[in-house]
Amino acid sequence: MDPKQLQIHLIELIRKSSTDMPPDIEKALMTGYHREAKGSSAKGAFKAIMETIKLSRKKSIPLCQDTGSLVWHIYYPDGSELLPVESSIKQATVLATRLNYLRPNSVDPVTGINPGNNLGNGVPSPHFHPWKKKSWEFNLMNKGGGCENVGAQYKLPDTRLGAGRDLDGVYKSVLDAVFQAQGRGCAPGIICVGIGGDRDTGMVIAKKQIFRKLDDANPDQLLATLEKKLYRDCNKLGIGPMGYGGKTTVLGVKIGKYHRLPATYFVSIAYMCWSDRRAKMIIRGQKAHYSN
Amino acid sequence: MKKLYLPTDEKTIRSLHIGDEVLLNGTIVTARDTAHKYMVTEKPKDIKPLLKNSVIYHCGPIVANESGIWRMVCAGPTTSIREEPYEADVIKLYGVRGVIGKGGMGPKTLEACKKYGAVYLHATGGCAAKIAETMEEVLEVRKLEFGTPEAFWVIRVKDFPCTVTMDSHGRSLHEIIEKKSRKVLESLLK
Repeated sequence: MDPKQLQIHLIELIRKSSTDMPPDIEKALMTGYHREAKGSSAKGAFKAIMETIKLSRKKSIPLCQDTGSLVWHIYYPDGSELLPVESSIKQATVLATRLNYLRPNSVDPVTGINPGNNLGNGVPSPHFHPWKKKSWEFNLMNKGGGCENVGAQYKLPDTRLGAGRDLDGVYKSVLDAVFQAQGRGCAPGIICVGIGGDRDTGMVIAKKQIFRKLDDANPDQLLATLEKKLYRDCNKLGIGPMGYGGKTTVLGVKIGKYHRLPATYFVSIAYMCWSDRRAKMIIRGQKAHYSN
Repeated sequence: MKKLYLPTDEKTIRSLHIGDEVLLNGTIVTARDTAHKYMVTEKPKDIKPLLKNSVIYHCGPIVANESGIWRMVCAGPTTSIREEPYEADVIKLYGVRGVIGKGGMGPKTLEACKKYGAVYLHATGGCAAKIAETMEEVLEVRKLEFGTPEAFWVIRVKDFPCTVTMDSHGRSLHEIIEKKSRKVLESLLK
């Protein structure tokens, strides 16, 4: 791939992810709007949300000022050179920041200095996965700081919750996390869960669930059942959009699993705000195809 | 919807109750994590006249600079609870009459709202593009060396929509919702 051309494609991918709400999320938000009581603050919040989505799409303005961490998962033809791709991602990030598709969001935790270009130690940190196909697939998500702060990692068993090392323990952990978050992660959220793995990979599998479409079906029957049960019961909590109270506390629950160590049982929970910004780009030859 | 003009006074603020929807008009000032710590530890004298009887906005905006003129591109609320250690002191020291943010704040801030006459105004999180449309002019910026998100942006707004979720009478919608949802949680965990 020509690095200059790739850079242009990547800027467009960042623009799309930051400014254009995926259709499945928009549909779920509209359902939420219709579900809430007339004249309630909850309905008012949904109205503002729907108007924001239209405005951002029309004017190419970021949906949220917190354009988040850019989480990249890139599938590449086995044997490809990756260093030039990494370099194109960095350059595209700097340019997208200059174009105001991204807020300067990278801060040195020791000095407090913000370089203003979204680069820094560990930023960006793309995940690369080889595959047998000849095409490239770039998956991008903007994960904001507010919802990142209400994410959680439970270590089972948990005496406080009466949660054991089984799916009932997972159920209790997720409900508790959604309760603890209240409206602070920009409810209604999409609750993405990783069962197992270690402290690091547990959160990776949780965040990978954010890329799933809201209306997909989990191929694992046990997890599919748990997703439905959690979706129903999280919405019984009555926290509602923004924590105003209401019927829509979560838009979806998505669960993945990794094998764990005999001694550990982590339930990693990535809370994604309603503004579930993600986009995909497939590159075949010189042509790029975008979707979200 | 009530219109709230800034700067305001204690009597007007005391007339507001949780659930009230208001449209803010006048000058507001953004301040988030670095700015709050700075206000409480350094107690800068130049910030007080900006905040007296006005409103702080918990926001780290995206701002464009077009030929030397600042323009708000995207400016939604950030999570307020991070300022809980500082906000009561800020209300007391600077005479702030309101705080705009999202997610609500804790008992220390609620107590300060009651004691000094201030309210917490909830803006819709994530609606940054739409909120920026209510921002007519960036009047000035202070402490830009904190970085764009953390600086004090002084902004003139027209009909910025908010909901009162913590009032000056000791009531917090966030406390009420938390209590209700805790009961549901306990029944589901049984």
